Amino acid sequence: MHPAYSVILFTTASGAGYGLLTWLALARLLAVLPAQPSFGVAAFGLAFLLITAGLLSSTAHLGRPERAWRAFSQWRTSWLSREGVLALASYVPASLLALGWITQGTNHAGMPLVALLTAITALMTLLSTGMIYASLRTIRQWHQPLTAPIYIALGLASGAVLLNVLVRAFHVPAAWVSWLALASLAVAGLLKWAYWRTIDGELRTYTAEAATGLGQLGKVRPLEPPHTEPNYIMREMGYRIARKHAKRLRQGVGIFLFAVPMAGCGLALLPPFGLVGAGLAGLALAVGLLIERWLFFAEAEHVVMLYYGADVA
Amino acid sequence: MTALPAATDKKLGLVIDLDTCVGCQACATSCKEWNAGGYAAPLTDQDAYGSDPHGAWLNRVHAYETGEGAESRTVNFPRSCLHCEKPDCVTVCPTGASYKRAEDGIVLVDPDTCIGCKLCSWACPYGAREYDYGHGVMKKCTLCIDRIYNDHFVPEDRIPACVRACPTGARHFGDLGDPQSAVSRLVAERGGFDLLPEFGYQPVNKYLPPRARHNAQPSAANAAAADATGMARPSAAGAAPAHAGEAGAAERLFAWIDQMLSR
Repeated sequence: MHPAYSVILFTTASGAGYGLLTWLALARLLAVLPAQPSFGVAAFGLAFLLITAGLLSSTAHLGRPERAWRAFSQWRTSWLSREGVLALASYVPASLLALGWITQGTNHAGMPLVALLTAITALMTLLSTGMIYASLRTIRQWHQPLTAPIYIALGLASGAVLLNVLVRAFHVPAAWVSWLALASLAVAGLLKWAYWRTIDGELRTYTAEAATGLGQLGKVRPLEPPHTEPNYIMREMGYRIARKHAKRLRQGVGIFLFAVPMAGCGLALLPPFGLVGAGLAGLALAVGLLIERWLFFAEAEHVVMLYYGADVA
Repeated sequence: MTALPAATDKKLGLVIDLDTCVGCQACATSCKEWNAGGYAAPLTDQDAYGSDPHGAWLNRVHAYETGEGAESRTVNFPRSCLHCEKPDCVTVCPTGASYKRAEDGIVLVDPDTCIGCKLCSWACPYGAREYDYGHGVMKKCTLCIDRIYNDHFVPEDRIPACVRACPTGARHFGDLGDPQSAVSRLVAERGGFDLLPEFGYQPVNKYLPPRARHNAQPSAANAAAADATGMARPSAAGAAPAHAGEAGAAERLFAWIDQMLSR
C-alpha cells in the first residue's frame, strides 16, 4: 500500500497524544501525579497539540476536506466514522480534566469520572483507528488480530515516553513513569515482534488463479496490461517494498522505537541523567515510530494486485 | 446510509463471458465515453497528452495467458464493479456516500457527499473503485443507472453502455435475482462463477468460464495435463491428424476444411 505521509503523521502524532492523555487521566484517577499547574499546561498542551495536529493532518489525505464533517454520520457501520466521533467526543472530558488539573490543583468532586471518561474515549479512539485497518479483509498484513492491539500499545508506549520527558522537565518526582515507559515499550515491542512473525510465516492463500477463477485452465499470468500507464489502483495498492529493504527497516524500528528508547528510559532512572535519558528516548521514539508506521503501509499487500500480476497475496 | 439493505427487490448485474470476449476494449471505451459526457459527473483525466497520463475508468479489460504449451490460451478479462450483495465498500464509508439501492441492488457513490478518503477502494478486492484526481471523489461502475431507467432511450438502448457496445455478445445485463431471467439461465447453463467468493461479499456479477476447446489435439503429455485440469476431450470425428506437420499439403487442406465444417 502506498504510504501516505499525512496518514502516517496523523496516526503517530494522535496515537502519542491519546496515549499521553490516557496516562494523565489514569494518573489523576489514582492520584499518583501532583496536580502542578505548569506541568498540567505543558502536558495537556502537548497532548492536545499532537491530537489536533494529527486530526488536521488526516484531512489532508481527503479529496474533499471541506466535506469532512460528513464523516461523523456513519458510526453505525464505519470504523472511520467511529474514530471521528470518538476523537471529537474525547475533547470534552479531556478539556475538563485539563482545566481541573491546571486551575484547581486539588481533588474536585466529579474529577474521577472525568478522568475515567478521558481514558475511555482516548483508548476507544485508538482502538477505532486500529480497527479501520484491521477490518479490511483485502489486506492480509492488516487483517490480523494483533493490528488493533498494537495500535493501542504503541499509542500508550509513545504517550508514556512523552510523559517521562515532561515529568523530568518539570522536576515532578515520579520515577515510576520511567518504569511505566520501559514496561509499555517492552509490551509493544513483544506484540510487534509477534505480529511480524505471524505475517512472515502465514500461508498466502490468494493466487491469480483464485482471483480470476481461471485456475482450471492452468497457471494464470498476465499477457497484456489493461492500460499502458499506472492507474489509481496500481499507485495506491501496488506499492511494494523488497524484503531486504523491509528487513533493514525493521531493524531500524527495533533500534529506534524499542532499544534506544528503553535504554533512554533506563538511563533516566539514574539521578543526573533524568532529562537526558528521557529526551533521548523521546527523540529516538519519534524516528522509530515514523519508520514503523511507514513500514506498516509499505509491507501491506492488497489482493487487487493479483489482477495486475502479483503472484500471491 | 451505509447500512446494507437486508434484501433487494432485484439483483441487477452483468454476466461477462470470458469465452467470447476478444479484448477489443469497446466496453471500456464506451463506458468512459458515456460517463465522461453523459448525465453523471465527468470522469477526469490528468496529463492526457503528457508523459504520465492517468484518469478514472470504471471498466478495465485485462488479458491473461493460461496453461502451458499447446494447451495455453489467451483469456480476456473485463473487470468492473460486481455490485455485491454484502460489500464492505458500502459499510466502511464514513459519510454514507457509498450505498446499495434496495430496489435493484445497484451500488453507487454519491459524488456530492463523497469526501475522497479512499477507504472504500481499500475494501474492494476487485479494484472496482478508482479515485478521480480531478474531482476528488471515488468513481465506480453505476450499472448505467442513467441509461437503464431512461425513458428518452429506445428500449434496446436501455442497457449499460458496455453491454450495448460489445461486438461479440460477451456482456449481458439483467436481474440475477430472478431465476427465470435470461441472464440467470445463462449462468446456470454455462456454470457462471463469482470472483473471490471467500471474501463473503456475494458478488452479483457472474463470469462465464472459457469453454473447453473442441479442436484441441492432446498429445500424451497434454492429455495428462488436460485430465488434471478436468477439461473435456474433443471427439475424434473429423479430427485433424495428431501431428499435422507430418501430413502433406492436400491432407492438411482437407483436414482444415473438415474442421471448419465440423464447428
